[in-house]
Amino acid sequence: MAVDAGRYSLTLSRRTRRRKGVNVLMQALATLAALAAVAVLALVIISVARRGASALSWDFFTKNAATFGQSGGGVANALVGSLVIVGLATAMAVPVGILIALYVSEFAPPRVGDLVRLVLDVLNGLPSIIIGIFVYGLLVIGSGQAAWKGSFALAIIMLPLVARATQEVLALVPSTLREGALALGASRWRTVLGVVLPTSFGGIITGTVLAVARAAGETAPLLFTTSIAANAVTWDPRQPVLSIPYDIFVLSESPDPADHARAWALGFVLICFVLVTSLSARLLLVRYRKRLEG
Amino acid sequence: MSARVSAVPSTQPLPERRRIGDRFGDLFLHGLTGAAAAAAAVLLGAIAWKIFQLAWPAITKYGFAFVTRQGWDTVHNKFGALDLIWGTALTSFAALLIATPLSIAIGLYLSELAPRGARTVIASLVELLAAIPSVVLGLWGILVLGPFVGQDLEPWLHRHLGFIPLFSGSPENAGMLVAVLVLTIMIVPITSSICRELFLGVPTELEQGALALGATRWEMVRGVILPYTRSGVSAAILLGFGRAVGEAIAVTQVIGAGHGIHWSLFVTGDTLASKLAEQYQGAVSNIQIASLVYLAAILLVISLLVNLTALFIVRRFSHERIGGS
Repeated sequence: MAVDAGRYSLTLSRRTRRRKGVNVLMQALATLAALAAVAVLALVIISVARRGASALSWDFFTKNAATFGQSGGGVANALVGSLVIVGLATAMAVPVGILIALYVSEFAPPRVGDLVRLVLDVLNGLPSIIIGIFVYGLLVIGSGQAAWKGSFALAIIMLPLVARATQEVLALVPSTLREGALALGASRWRTVLGVVLPTSFGGIITGTVLAVARAAGETAPLLFTTSIAANAVTWDPRQPVLSIPYDIFVLSESPDPADHARAWALGFVLICFVLVTSLSARLLLVRYRKRLEG
Repeated sequence: MSARVSAVPSTQPLPERRRIGDRFGDLFLHGLTGAAAAAAAVLLGAIAWKIFQLAWPAITKYGFAFVTRQGWDTVHNKFGALDLIWGTALTSFAALLIATPLSIAIGLYLSELAPRGARTVIASLVELLAAIPSVVLGLWGILVLGPFVGQDLEPWLHRHLGFIPLFSGSPENAGMLVAVLVLTIMIVPITSSICRELFLGVPTELEQGALALGATRWEMVRGVILPYTRSGVSAAILLGFGRAVGEAIAVTQVIGAGHGIHWSLFVTGDTLASKLAEQYQGAVSNIQIASLVYLAAILLVISLLVNLTALFIVRRFSHERIGGS
């Protein structure tokens, strides 16, 4: 072997150059991938906004859909329907979700707590259409569709989200607060309701808002539970009602371009709601966590 | 009263009524929260039970052969799930094939490369992609992505890679490929944010040790970060797979309700979940409904298996790390 001059030379050997080249290439690819994801987000939002924003008008929000055979009209019934369904679902899911989180973080033995968390994660991973069929079999067969049955299905989807978010915030509550309350002679339940829960209030709210944002866009659980509805505004949860995501689903499959225009407009409304709520909830959550963690 | 308390401050027992109230309150809250937790477990059991109960007529009539039979003949009540299982597998695996390297790359970018100030912003933008409702993504899929795929992407793929069976056949605006792309968009934000957290959890000493030994950044990634997070990343991919398998709405909108078993990604097809979403109003006879729910039962079993495996890996992974440090 010749004494390799390259060993002492200050220029990079070919091997080093190759290693550096691969390194640069990989960094570029990773950057590109992240850019692509952001670009897709921008692309979807922009194409929905461009096509949807122009169709928005006062009539669009306050009038019902045109009767069968005609195109056009507003979406008041779907808007109210979504409000009723999601509102009721929130009312069902949030209290139970908070209770489950309290159980896991304050009362349960570690093993049982683990098991409950596993159940929540499995519930969270179930396809939403399965939950729709479950509620269909449980409540709809025999007695027909209704808004509250759709709410029940959405509540099953929201439950693990609310419970997990709450439980994560409860875990952040400093144990010194709990111990302080107990040392002052407060009982367990007073400590939980008077100290732990109020401290985590902000986190629970943001968790709930994120769950609402998710539920507002769910279509699959509503197909079987509240889809065959009259074309009129109704606030009665015992009636089946239309909803924004279901309306988009039906309109998007129609061959009529006028229907597509309405689908885009509804899509714009839905995407605005979802993005604004989830963005602000995320920002609040970050600030809240910082404050709690000190 | 205050005088009485201050006379014996420490030994004075609580008034009897308050002690009983506290004991009752503790018991009540414990019981109430425990009941809520039990209700969640019961709910999970009830979902599985109800799905199988609804599917039972079809399960007893067709048996396991249902899974291996093709076709959905509503006139003669002959149903089989093989087409749909094929569609589900092809779309989900193809989506994962694209999403996995993308997610790992995005996770690496967000944990290692992105400028500090932009890091959280870009990370939350990627996560926002997951917040877009599937029905809106489906709408975009039919009206924007579909025509692009049918008129530009598929002809291009066919010209250059047509010898691969996946890219054979004539281009269409709706079909498997559009579904694959939409599913990819849905999976990437989920898996990449899990990957990012895993990569951030790699001990800095290990990373810096590799760099100090002269490794380039990429060699550090390949030699330290990826091996260290291997099981976590595979769990993230499994969770993404579970999501892809169960997505009904967006897939229904773009896949075009075809049938048959084809290797080509250009043709229309159907998945288990999309068939369910399509037929929600069309099912008339009892056996037809039961057969549809049979599909749901298959979907349920797949998604339970996938999710439980992923959760199991995650748990073992975190125990290992905690035990090791």
